[in-house]
Amino acid sequence: MTAVIETEGLGKRYRKLWALAGCTLSIPAGHVVGLVGPNGAGKSTLLNLATGMLAPTTGTIEVLGNRPAAGPAQLARVGYLAQDAPLYAGLSVADHLRLGAHLNPGWDAELARRRIERLGLDPKQKAGTLSGGQRAQLALTLAVAKRPELLILDEPVASLDPLARREFLQDLMEAVAEQEVSVVLSSHLISDLERACDYVIVLVDSRVRVAGPVDELLATHHLLSGPRRDPGSLPGGLQVISASHTDVQTTLLVRTSGPVFDPAWAVSEVGLEDLVLAYMKQAARPVPGNNHRRLEVQK
Amino acid sequence: MIEFHLDSRSGVAPYRQLIHQVRHALRLGLLHEGDQLPKVKDVAAGLAINPNTVLKAYRELEYEGLAAARPGIGTFVTGTLDGGSLAAHGPLRRELQRWLVKARRAGLDDESIEALFASTFRSASEEDIA
Repeated sequence: MTAVIETEGLGKRYRKLWALAGCTLSIPAGHVVGLVGPNGAGKSTLLNLATGMLAPTTGTIEVLGNRPAAGPAQLARVGYLAQDAPLYAGLSVADHLRLGAHLNPGWDAELARRRIERLGLDPKQKAGTLSGGQRAQLALTLAVAKRPELLILDEPVASLDPLARREFLQDLMEAVAEQEVSVVLSSHLISDLERACDYVIVLVDSRVRVAGPVDELLATHHLLSGPRRDPGSLPGGLQVISASHTDVQTTLLVRTSGPVFDPAWAVSEVGLEDLVLAYMKQAARPVPGNNHRRLEVQK
Repeated sequence: MIEFHLDSRSGVAPYRQLIHQVRHALRLGLLHEGDQLPKVKDVAAGLAINPNTVLKAYRELEYEGLAAARPGIGTFVTGTLDGGSLAAHGPLRRELQRWLVKARRAGLDDESIEALFASTFRSASEEDIA
């Protein structure tokens, strides 16, 4: 199966600042991918490279096996919803649907009509007078009704209240179930995406820290706690993601392919939110100056 | 038709929660052989969860022999977990209710009742094994 997004050494520089660097990814089709990272991590840059609105400084990117925005056919295969659901404030809901029908060859008018009806939007209402949640729903309708193979959503729920957020995600999951569309959506909060995503990419400081199917990530990360010890004395094959010590106890979040047998450690499962936060925290640490802070264990 | 719910604070993976709820409904006789499970699309939309999560739960139930998918129609219950004991549930429940009334009269609060039940249950199971 073709990857929905495949990048190799992808980077984007604005003047002296690298917004994205050394990004190598292969995202398989059929997933809902959560792109998570703090503000300014490079999420929007990566998404804009995927839509073809930005050109890479280094490396390559392919979307659905083609160069992003290579032509009308490629544009029709990708739906994109930019941050804050941009709409034309002076145009009505019906105007937006007409616009969508004119601009998109594969437009599904019946789908768009049904969704607007179910959302209870008045076709005559101007977009500028809709609530934040309604605007997001209308923008999602436009992106879904063009029947894309890949839907890219940049911070779709960030500005929504909790109820509108839930409704938006319910709506999105229904579209995924109905149309078998692949989705990449970004957020600075994993908790927003935890139920919806089955694939996660953590991006911090312009670099990909970890990426993979959620099941696989949860199966290969464990929380170890036990009597205090030097991380250097750990067995091989363990990669320490985060470590905290009290005077008597050490707690580690590790990545490992096999089970942990050492009886000195109490092993417990780790949730997705803790896992993502550990990678964010790891990235936020200053460059290690001595071996104690360099926590990657090698043998 | 049963309706799923999710506890996001439980720490239990969502697909496990769905499996547990189906098994629970089977044990209590809320679901019977031939009943249809909620459609994947409806569960995904209702709970705002990934459709793959629902599919994974249903596949696991199929593997356990409790459900079967009919392509294009849905997933149906094919097994049972009550072990033919469903008829005994009513009388047992009434006995348990009488016992609960007695426990409250003796001054036990909810937590004490749960603790007493759990510890009795555990020591009884241990005796069974021994």
